[in-house]
Amino acid sequence: MTEKNTIQSWKKQNRRSLIFKYIVLIIIFLIVVIPIIMLIFGALKTRGELATKPYTPPIPPHFENIQKILNQPDFWNMLKNSLFVMLAATAGTVLVAAMAAFSFSRLNFRGKNLSFNVVTLGLLFPMSIAILPEYILLRQLNLLNLWGIILPEIAFALAGDILILRGFFMAIPVELQDASYIDGCTNLGFFWKILLPLARPSLSAVAVLAMINSWNELFLPIVVLNEERLYTLPLGTMQFSTEHGTDWAMVLAFVALSMIPTIIFYLFAEKQLISGLTAGAVKG
Amino acid sequence: MNDLFIAGNQHKYILSPQKRNRDTLTALFFLIPTLIFFFIFIIYPIIQSLYYSFFNWKGFGPAINFVGLRNYEKILTDSVFAKAVGNGLLIVVLSLIVQLPISIALAIMVRNDMPGRSFFRTIFFMPFVFSESIAGIIWVSMFKPDPSIGFLNAIWTLIPGVKPLEFLGDTSQVMMCVFIALTWKYLGFHMLLYMAGLANIPREIEEAAIIDGASNWQIIRNVTLPLLSTTIRTSVYLSVLGSLQQFGLIWIMSKGGPVNASETMAIYMYRFGFMRLALGYGCAVGVILLLICLIFSVSYQRLVKQQDYLGGLYS
Repeated sequence: MTEKNTIQSWKKQNRRSLIFKYIVLIIIFLIVVIPIIMLIFGALKTRGELATKPYTPPIPPHFENIQKILNQPDFWNMLKNSLFVMLAATAGTVLVAAMAAFSFSRLNFRGKNLSFNVVTLGLLFPMSIAILPEYILLRQLNLLNLWGIILPEIAFALAGDILILRGFFMAIPVELQDASYIDGCTNLGFFWKILLPLARPSLSAVAVLAMINSWNELFLPIVVLNEERLYTLPLGTMQFSTEHGTDWAMVLAFVALSMIPTIIFYLFAEKQLISGLTAGAVKG
Repeated sequence: MNDLFIAGNQHKYILSPQKRNRDTLTALFFLIPTLIFFFIFIIYPIIQSLYYSFFNWKGFGPAINFVGLRNYEKILTDSVFAKAVGNGLLIVVLSLIVQLPISIALAIMVRNDMPGRSFFRTIFFMPFVFSESIAGIIWVSMFKPDPSIGFLNAIWTLIPGVKPLEFLGDTSQVMMCVFIALTWKYLGFHMLLYMAGLANIPREIEEAAIIDGASNWQIIRNVTLPLLSTTIRTSVYLSVLGSLQQFGLIWIMSKGGPVNASETMAIYMYRFGFMRLALGYGCAVGVILLLICLIFSVSYQRLVKQQDYLGGLYS
C-alpha cells in the first residue's frame, strides 16, 4: 500500500467511527443531563402535579414554589452569607498566594527550599481530614462564625494555588525584572506594578478556582456554623431538604434556585476554571 | 520550562550581595502571611489533635483522662470502621476501573476539533461545579424507591414483572447508587484533565504511526496512552485521594446508612467525633485518616518517581 492509500482508508474508517462516537457521546450526554432536567421539571410543578405526572415537562410552568422561597428572607440570607464568604476567601487566597508565589519564583533568599517544602507539605493535608482539629481550634479562637469558614478555606487553598501561580510567574521573562530594577523599581514595585498586571490571566484562573471551591464548601459549614442565620447556601440547601422532605416539589424548587448562580458563573468563567484546573496537572 | 530554569540560574549569578539582602527582606515580608495561615490553621491543629487523640476527651474543659492508645485500639477493632475502610477501597477500585477508562475514552473521542467538542465538554464538566448538596439531592430524587417519584425506578419497572428497587434503602445497593452519583459528578473533571493532556501530544507522532499502517487501537494502545502517562498518574492520584476522603455527597444521600452500609472514614469521624462529641476518639480517627493518605501519597510518589503532578493536586 502506498502512503496515500493508507491515509485514505484510515479516513474512511474514521467516518464510520465518527457516527459511533456521536452515539456514545449522546448517550452520556443524556445520562448527565436527565437528572438536571428532571430537577428543573420538578421545580416548576406544584406538589399535586409532581405526584400525578412526575416526569412530563411542566406545561404550563408553575412558579408558586419558587416565589414562595424567594419571598422568604432565608434564601436571600444564605445567598448573602455565601457571597460574603466566597469574596473574602477568594480575595485572601489570591493575595496571599500571589505574594508567596512571587517569593518562590522571583527572589533568592536563604531558607527558600525549606519554606517551599513546608508549603508543598500543605498539599498532603486536605481539609476534610483535618476537620475535627479545625473545629477544636476555631472554638478556642471564638471563630464559630463566617470567619471560621473563610480563614481555614484560605489556609487549605494556599498550597495548591501557590504552586499554580509559581508556575505561571516563572514564565514571565527575567529580563523584565532586571530592566525594572535598573530603572529603580523595588521588589515591591515590581510585584505590584509589573508582575500582577502581567499575570492577570493566571490570577483570574486561581480566583475562579477559589470561588468555586468556597461556594461549594459543605463540610466546614456543617461543623462550624450552628446558627441558622449564618448558613451558607450548600448547608442551607441540605437543611432545607431534610426539613421539607414531605414536600418534594418545594425541595426541588429550592435546589434549582441554588443551582442558578453556579450555572451562570460556570458559563461565564468556564475558560478560567479549566485553565486553573489543568495548570500544573499536565506539565512535564 | 527548562529554558526558564536556566534563565533563573543565570540570574542568580549576577546578583549583588545587596540585592540578595533585599530579596531576603522582601521574601520574609511576602511569606509571613502564608506561614501564619499554615501554622495556625493547618499545622497547629493537627499537632493538637494528635495530643487529644490520647485522651478520652468530650470537648469540655481540659483533657485529663489520659487513655494512651486505647482510642486507636477501639477504632481499629471496630467493625463499623472496618466497613468504612472497605467502602473507601471499594470507591477507589471502582473509580480506577470504571471512571478513568471512560474518561480517557471520552477525551480521545472528542479530540481533533471534532464538531461539538466544546459543547460536550461544557455539558460533561458541568456536574463538577455543582455543590455536593445540589448533586446529592438531585440523585436522592432520581433514586427515590417509589416509581411514581423516582425516575430510575419508573424506568426499571417498565420491565414487566420486576419489583421496584430499594436503591438507597438497601444495604447491598446503596454503595452502587453512591458510586453512580460520584461518577456523574467527577467524570467530567477527569475527562478535562485527559483532554488537556492529549492537547500536549504532538499530532506528528500519531500521524507517523498511521503512515506506518498502525490500526486505531494500536495507535491508542502503543502511542497515545504511553504519552498520556503523566496525566494518568495525576488523575489516578487525585481520584484515590478524593475517594478516601468522601464525605458530603454520601452524607446527603444516605447519612452513611442504612445500617452503616455506606459509611466512609470521614463520615465515621464526623459521626463519632462531632455528633457524639467524643472529640478525643474523633481526633484519633483523624490521625489514622491522615496517616493513610500520607502513606499513600508518599509511596505513590516513590512508585512513579515523579513530582510533576503536585501542581495539579488542587481540585
